[in-house]
Amino acid sequence: MLDKNGIARRIAKEIKDGYYVNLGIGIPTLVANYIPAGINVVLQSENGLLGMGPFPFEGEEDADLINAGKQTITTLPGSSTFDSAMSFGMIRSQKIDLTILGAMEVSERGDIANWKIPGKMVKGMGGAMDLVASAKNIIVAMQHMNKAGESKLLTDCTLPLTGVRCIKKIVTELAVLDVLPEGGFRLIERAPGVSVDFIQQSTSGKLFAEVDVMEMDLN
Amino acid sequence: MREAIIIYNLASKPNIMINKQVSDADEAIRDIEDGKTIMLGGFGLCGIPENCISALVRKGVRELTCISNNAGVDDFGIGLMLKTRQVKKMISSYVGENAEFERQLLSGELEVELIPQGTLATRCMAAGYGMPAIFTPAGVGTEVAEGKEIRNFNGKDYLMEYAFDADFALVKAWKGDTAGNLIFRSTSRNFNPVMAMAGKITIAEVEELVQPGELDPDQIHTPGVYVHRIFQGKDYEKRIEQCTVRTRINP
Repeated sequence: MLDKNGIARRIAKEIKDGYYVNLGIGIPTLVANYIPAGINVVLQSENGLLGMGPFPFEGEEDADLINAGKQTITTLPGSSTFDSAMSFGMIRSQKIDLTILGAMEVSERGDIANWKIPGKMVKGMGGAMDLVASAKNIIVAMQHMNKAGESKLLTDCTLPLTGVRCIKKIVTELAVLDVLPEGGFRLIERAPGVSVDFIQQSTSGKLFAEVDVMEMDLN
Repeated sequence: MREAIIIYNLASKPNIMINKQVSDADEAIRDIEDGKTIMLGGFGLCGIPENCISALVRKGVRELTCISNNAGVDDFGIGLMLKTRQVKKMISSYVGENAEFERQLLSGELEVELIPQGTLATRCMAAGYGMPAIFTPAGVGTEVAEGKEIRNFNGKDYLMEYAFDADFALVKAWKGDTAGNLIFRSTSRNFNPVMAMAGKITIAEVEELVQPGELDPDQIHTPGVYVHRIFQGKDYEKRIEQCTVRTRINP
């Protein structure tokens, strides 16, 4: 079973040289720490920056330079800044190659819910609806089950949706799964030490698994 | 043979620029009255029109509809206007980090319309470009789509979203000149240029106000035509919402 950093490490292997990547808040942010050497990527922050650098050194924080999580960051040689309309323009026109975000639920058709829990204070969708509606390649980083021990990979989402039929790949602490175009989750890899049976039990939606599913290679 | 046609002898006018300068925030917002719809630039607390917000609190106007990506924090940004109960409705994409906001929302004192961030930006842009509506895939199949027209282009569904109609836009720039030209700095640009284009009356506050000619025309982000009033801002706090740093490793 993987921890959050393990999930981030596995997702980082999906990033290809030359990609423009948008990382969501939470586990997706950790992916930046595991981008393999020799792979050149540009991170987009949807508040208006391409080429997001690391956190500044203490004392060098700039109130005018933050990421979409409102954290102080830095630019890199070759970075650019722009307004919010252009930022979502490049997302909508699919100039961003990969979007990595968290989810509360994903359905076997690729629907995603990650912004609202009825009865709780709703903070808003931010840029999530724009990202999932437009991105050509989305990876969801999430825990396989919620705190109550219920599967978050479902036949149908129970929470209000963020987007429909948009998720194609999911990485959890237990597995890497693809969402099949005809519906259903296909088990691609299992986390070290996790059995196919356990993944099956932990998945509420339809799961297709070969008898022999390879273990994740995290190196 | 080439003939020179002189339509208007500009050289005879020493200054052809229109002066948009006003003395301060209080003068700039003088005609914002109860019930108006105002846009406020900024993302989180980054690039917010601090001086205009303070002036609105001093003026005490009420029943405002505020279009802004976020709603500030309890004691800063739009949070200051929430504390004084000046806001009737917020139109935003994300409104966390504000306890007073939450209290007013749950008690029904405050109305909130949540819309996707890209839709918010593009509805501003549409207003500034003179387009009545835009089509976006954001929100298709979700509760955001309820009651909205859906059109299919090349096999994909899009929602029709209308351009905003705001009485005032309050923006904050890094530099500006008295002709209203604006330059923004780093990610404090965010919603400011598109909101500047979208207001019926746009008020810009700047960290540094200069004379026409001092800014390079090629570096202008917002041309002065979109800006109706501009003033030299003061006492900028520029509060950081989440200060994240890395430690220096000494060799």
